[in-house]
Amino acid sequence: MREKSSVLVIGGGIAGIQASLDLADRGLEVYLVEKTPSIGGRMAQLDKTFPTMDCSICILAPKMIECFRHPNIKLLTYSEVEEVSGSAGNFTVKVLRNPRFVDESKCTGCGTCMQKCPIKVPNEFEMGLGMRRAIYLPFPQAVPRVATIDKDNCLYFQKGVCKICEKFCQANAVDFDKKPEELTINVSAIIIATGFNLFNPSIIGEYGYKQYKNVITSLELERLVNASGPTGGKLLRPSDGKEPNEIAFIQCVGSRSQRKKCFPYCSSVCCMYATKESIILKEHKPEVEVYIFYIELRVFGKGFQEFVTRAREEWDVEYIRGRPDEIIEDPKTRDLIVRYEDTLDRKVKELKVGLVVLCPALIPNDSNTKLEKILGAELDEHGFFKSKDPLFAPVDTNVPGIFICGYSQGPKDIPESVAQSSGAAARAAEVIALVASEEN
Amino acid sequence: MESMEEETPRIGVFVCHCGINIGGVVNVPEVVEYAKKLPCVVYAEENLYTCSSEGISKIKEGIAKYNLNRVIVASCTPRTHEPLFRGACEEAGVNKYLFEMANIRDQCSWAHMHEPEGATEKAKDLVRMAVAKSRLLKPLEEPEIDVTPSALVIGGGISGMTAALCLSNQGFKVHIVEKEPELGGMLGHLYKLYPTMQDASESLNHVVNSVKSNKSIEVLTSTVVKQVKGFIGNFEVTVQKANDETANFEAGTIIVATGAPIFEPVGMYGYGEYDNVITQLRLEQLLKDGQLKKPESVVMIQCVGAREKEGRTYCSRICCMTAIKNALLIKDLHPDTDVYILFRELQTYGKHYEEHYRTAQDKGVKFVKYLQEKSPRVVSGKNGELTVNVYHALLNEELKIGSDLVVLSTPLIQHEDARELSQILKVPLGPDGFFFEVHVKLRPIDFATDGIYVCGTAHSPKDTPESVSQAFGVASRAAIPMALKRLRTEAITAVVHENLCSGCGTCVKLCPYGAIEKDEKGVARVTEVVCKGCGVCAATCPERAIEMRHFTSEQVMAQALAALGRTSA
Repeated sequence: MREKSSVLVIGGGIAGIQASLDLADRGLEVYLVEKTPSIGGRMAQLDKTFPTMDCSICILAPKMIECFRHPNIKLLTYSEVEEVSGSAGNFTVKVLRNPRFVDESKCTGCGTCMQKCPIKVPNEFEMGLGMRRAIYLPFPQAVPRVATIDKDNCLYFQKGVCKICEKFCQANAVDFDKKPEELTINVSAIIIATGFNLFNPSIIGEYGYKQYKNVITSLELERLVNASGPTGGKLLRPSDGKEPNEIAFIQCVGSRSQRKKCFPYCSSVCCMYATKESIILKEHKPEVEVYIFYIELRVFGKGFQEFVTRAREEWDVEYIRGRPDEIIEDPKTRDLIVRYEDTLDRKVKELKVGLVVLCPALIPNDSNTKLEKILGAELDEHGFFKSKDPLFAPVDTNVPGIFICGYSQGPKDIPESVAQSSGAAARAAEVIALVASEEN
Repeated sequence: MESMEEETPRIGVFVCHCGINIGGVVNVPEVVEYAKKLPCVVYAEENLYTCSSEGISKIKEGIAKYNLNRVIVASCTPRTHEPLFRGACEEAGVNKYLFEMANIRDQCSWAHMHEPEGATEKAKDLVRMAVAKSRLLKPLEEPEIDVTPSALVIGGGISGMTAALCLSNQGFKVHIVEKEPELGGMLGHLYKLYPTMQDASESLNHVVNSVKSNKSIEVLTSTVVKQVKGFIGNFEVTVQKANDETANFEAGTIIVATGAPIFEPVGMYGYGEYDNVITQLRLEQLLKDGQLKKPESVVMIQCVGAREKEGRTYCSRICCMTAIKNALLIKDLHPDTDVYILFRELQTYGKHYEEHYRTAQDKGVKFVKYLQEKSPRVVSGKNGELTVNVYHALLNEELKIGSDLVVLSTPLIQHEDARELSQILKVPLGPDGFFFEVHVKLRPIDFATDGIYVCGTAHSPKDTPESVSQAFGVASRAAIPMALKRLRTEAITAVVHENLCSGCGTCVKLCPYGAIEKDEKGVARVTEVVCKGCGVCAATCPERAIEMRHFTSEQVMAQALAALGRTSA
């Protein structure tokens, strides 16, 4: 008899978390590998979720903690899958554990080191809008609640001085000599849940992202309206820290596009999250004017059309059909003039706003290419993992025993990701049941 | 457990510094000294980190050395740390429900960061309240139940069959109950499936055969579910065959996969009046049977009876892609037939759907955007020829399109008998009529009632890949309790004081889990293993006849009085 059967889950966003919990709850062992210092993924960055307006981290954090506490889940954060051999029922996986330079078993996450560290760098979790220290927790609800030293910015690693974190750590958890570790594990099945990245809107030069300060992305906005974000939930525009009175959202930035470096598909969630963000903006400041530039409103999910109707009728969100051609910045006020054709009355118009929010294409995670080589699971023309049969085997890949779920398989929202992740867990459990029946 | 000998409370209090998180503001040694003087407290100490392995050992040592039978940790939030401390108590032989927590980080050192003295006083208050409750705590047990390793799947369409096959591959038995004489559901009526354009019946036959030849799946066709009693792990199911014969069996879990029919748009756009106004589903049938006579001009109208101002307000999700697919099929058969799709907002979301839209445009399918307030009109001429008048919102033009075939895209709707099933299972329907999951975002295929799940179009309109994904999903959710074989259920449950209950039934109606019913005496009875301890019943009972274990009136009152600096009588 072999020991407990195991499954490897790659990616610690909501999809990977759900797959892990489903498997662990039924008594199987899970290795959950996450590249960054904390699990939580994109959902952890969101302010609220549509159409229920749940606080995103409030509903996610308990699941993150459950993963941490679960006796059947081994969390391997700050780690990457390096090598995979074998086949369904018996994969051998090499995982690289990057050094945090903090002992996970000793650190209590008290946060003292982060108060003492003299180095401040832009926080990735806050989309660079807030600062963190060189020793840091990416966000307050991070799991595991263990500090990580960012070697590239640490004074000790760069200049050989400081070590102030070590001095103040009462738990003696700081360890500058920590080396990368390699871990070899044996698993019966593998689930890929790598999620999405954001399209770089700078590619659409005429929108002026990174050129005009008050042109931001929707994920940046999520942080700016979040109570625990860099502005404490006040929407302050980057150029002058003032609250904008008119805000325009632009849909399909880099998606539904045949342009070079752009993506032809629809990202599936932007119409709805822009609607949600509009309502949040109105909740924060009822007199703000919000405009959403769209091509086709995608309202296909449960309660979505009703949500858009509410935004229109109860919150006065204005939907304008047309893809803007150009954004021009007023050099004095830093306000923005959006030039567009209103395709419903066929006129070229201009709209002056204080802030433009771009809704960029959600694109395959850049780890997918590396994982394709390691795992042999094929990618499609966009870079998402390909289903073995898009209709009847959506969570299977071309490699038996390797399954996919969430955005790594294609655009979808949170509930679809959650349901599909349970689906991938079921398929992985099938592999284990088959192995068990063959051994008997 | 109520009969357990009452012991004198011996409380140990562990106050955490949390590094400087608490200790930097709250005077922890002062709180410890204060705690020592409280009634029934026999031991108190401070820890740098109570949650560290050292801190946990200190709790266990304290229990052994001072013979503690109650433990209080004053530290952070129970949300993250209570299970850890409860575990420590259990390992040291103290029932975990005799543990209590005071959150002096979030509520003291964080909330009053700049008022160390006030924060310290408040920490003492919280500790005093915890002690007052702790003295009255009772040990509780989590009842264990056995789980029948067999699932009932209601509905034999692609969702139900996919779930059944997946469960059987995981080693469980399955009953599929299908009200129609044949398995297959909606897929049996379809021709080609997007996005791959594969043959629906070919794929379906393959699945149906797998189900029929599977020894652990029992298929009951022409059968409906009549009654379900019991709870997770132990459902007693009564089904009725077409000949009125009934049968009973047990199921550990239940999956609702009843699918969804289409809306019949009688009276709309001449449907029912003109023969050549048909639904998308009828067109599918004609294509499948090879009976579609070559039309000269096909007009498809989207959102017929969907996305309405009132009533069916929802978008049916699949109609745009279905129309595009069928338009492409017509174009393949008859390249010179004109095909128009009159749409409001085109829903070609996701990975490969936009590409189909482009292909259709390339093949000459004409897309006309119409506005809800200016819906198209179908007019019949003298010789029965139809004209569709529509305002083209993008061209600002009234079009008159002659058509010999008008195809209406109508939404998927809930079955008429769904309400009955929802009452049998005690699970809700949403405002759109579809089965309503417990949490839209994070528990999209679970019902509030444990052991019952939903997938496919019973949940909301969706296409085959999405239904199949959800079907695999419920096959995981349902497998969890069945794989465990035994379940521990909630210890914090509602208790009815029968002598106080007036039998008004308020709690029966309000219980979100269907855990309360009236017994033969007409008073409320709680099925403990179904109760989740939410407290809705206790809060609303007009006679105060219901109490929650672990949050009894006596315990809560003692805590409240302690907050006011008074002791209970």
